[in-house]
Amino acid sequence: MPGLFKEFSKGIFRQNPIFMIVLGLCPTLAVSTSLENAMGMGAAATFVLICSNVMISAIRKIVPRSIRIPCFIVVIASFVTIVELLMAAYLPQLAKSLGIFVPLIVVNCIIMGRAEAFAGRNPVFPSLLDGAGMGLGFTLALGIVALIREFLGSGKVFNLTLFKSFEPAAIMVLAPGALLTLGLLIALANIIKKRSA
Amino acid sequence: MTEEYNLSVSPHIRKKESVSWVMWMVFLALVPAGIAGVHIFGWNSLRLILISVISAVAAEAIILFLRGRRVALSDGSAALTGLLLGYNLPPQVPFWLPVVGSFFAIAIVKQAFGGLGRNIFNPALAARAFLLISWPVYMSGYAKPFSYPDAVASATPLNLFKESKLNLAEMGLNYWDLFLGRHGGCIGEVAIYALLIGAIFLLILRIVSLHIPLSFLCALGLFSWLFPAQGFAKGDPLFAVLTGGAILGAFFMATDYVTSPLTRRGQIIFGAGCGIITFIIRRWGGYPEGVSFAILIMNAFVPLVDRWQRPRVYGRGK
Repeated sequence: MPGLFKEFSKGIFRQNPIFMIVLGLCPTLAVSTSLENAMGMGAAATFVLICSNVMISAIRKIVPRSIRIPCFIVVIASFVTIVELLMAAYLPQLAKSLGIFVPLIVVNCIIMGRAEAFAGRNPVFPSLLDGAGMGLGFTLALGIVALIREFLGSGKVFNLTLFKSFEPAAIMVLAPGALLTLGLLIALANIIKKRSA
Repeated sequence: MTEEYNLSVSPHIRKKESVSWVMWMVFLALVPAGIAGVHIFGWNSLRLILISVISAVAAEAIILFLRGRRVALSDGSAALTGLLLGYNLPPQVPFWLPVVGSFFAIAIVKQAFGGLGRNIFNPALAARAFLLISWPVYMSGYAKPFSYPDAVASATPLNLFKESKLNLAEMGLNYWDLFLGRHGGCIGEVAIYALLIGAIFLLILRIVSLHIPLSFLCALGLFSWLFPAQGFAKGDPLFAVLTGGAILGAFFMATDYVTSPLTRRGQIIFGAGCGIITFIIRRWGGYPEGVSFAILIMNAFVPLVDRWQRPRVYGRGK
């Protein structure tokens, strides 16, 4: 049982997909302009990650090794289509502000990476935990980046203005702000890792 | 054993000049332009310059302490960064703007890359770009000269040229006004005569050479003359060189040792690139002035230029 818990918890800090493995940076940089977008993106990616991990782990023995990548992509793309249609139907505002980045979950490195590195060679239940942990780690990291950028760049948190007199720095919601925030957070994560090691 | 037989590794010939000597000489060379700027825009500009310098030095001290390095402030590099940032601000910005800018310049642009001598971009210019993108309203609100203490808003000549398509006479100015800095602009960039006094001082001391400034200004003037909006070869090269931050940028910021090429040919390429990019931004870009972005873009090319213009070692083949 502790071994299984480790499959879940490793994605949150020790192997955090964004801060430690530095994967899936396109959505991280692009949709972290507000906490709302980040949570929507995180939830969508986590759903796809869990479902595709379970499915890929279940079919891993019947998929020939040489064509495993196309098979993984078909599985992932199916779940992404489900998320995309659900989001367009029930959360049209969020779907609009995330735009192209929802369909682009198909080519998200984290999901492909977990399929290839974990789900393709492990049983179903550990794969489920791995997907859930990685998804949570991704969502958390995305949330931290988005919290910092939304607050500094537009003076808001979850679309609520915190201080009236605070004058936000517009650069933080633009592309340079994303790279600055992410770079400094990765540096911080490295410091924490070094100290705790 | 006598002195004669001492063995040591190269270099054998050393100069007296040190980093701190160079930094403080550049600082000194910038003083006339600051005095002229304060004379033109009032005491508030002096306050901004001082805040900028003090917060840059404070940021340097804090970051060096946090990094566990010796807190060495006497090298003057942080003070110089603060001074240059202050010169690059419009005279009426709120006091916290230079504080944020100085911390960004020192903490992110300089120390995060390894500190003195290791930064890729000129810290003062990167901070100016950061402030300009973040708070465009403050960073493009210029004051009319000699209108203090109740500052009257005024556009810079470059702004009038770009937005209203006015020529110099229609702005109510002449070249003499540009040379003496009697127009809207940043604190330290308007007084061309004072900047030139400082530049000549640095040239005499051989701290800067003419390669970068001359190629910068020639390229800017040449392209502004050849390809203005009015038609081929109908531009005004003197206007292009005397307005905006061209002189300040060419002599004091593009020539930063850390962020400019090592060889002379490399420096000429670097300077010409700065001039051409400045012209392109002024002519077609979204901003009326492009000196700071031009220098930053060319800063990024410095390693490439240095590799391309690497001097041939004597005796080795091509």
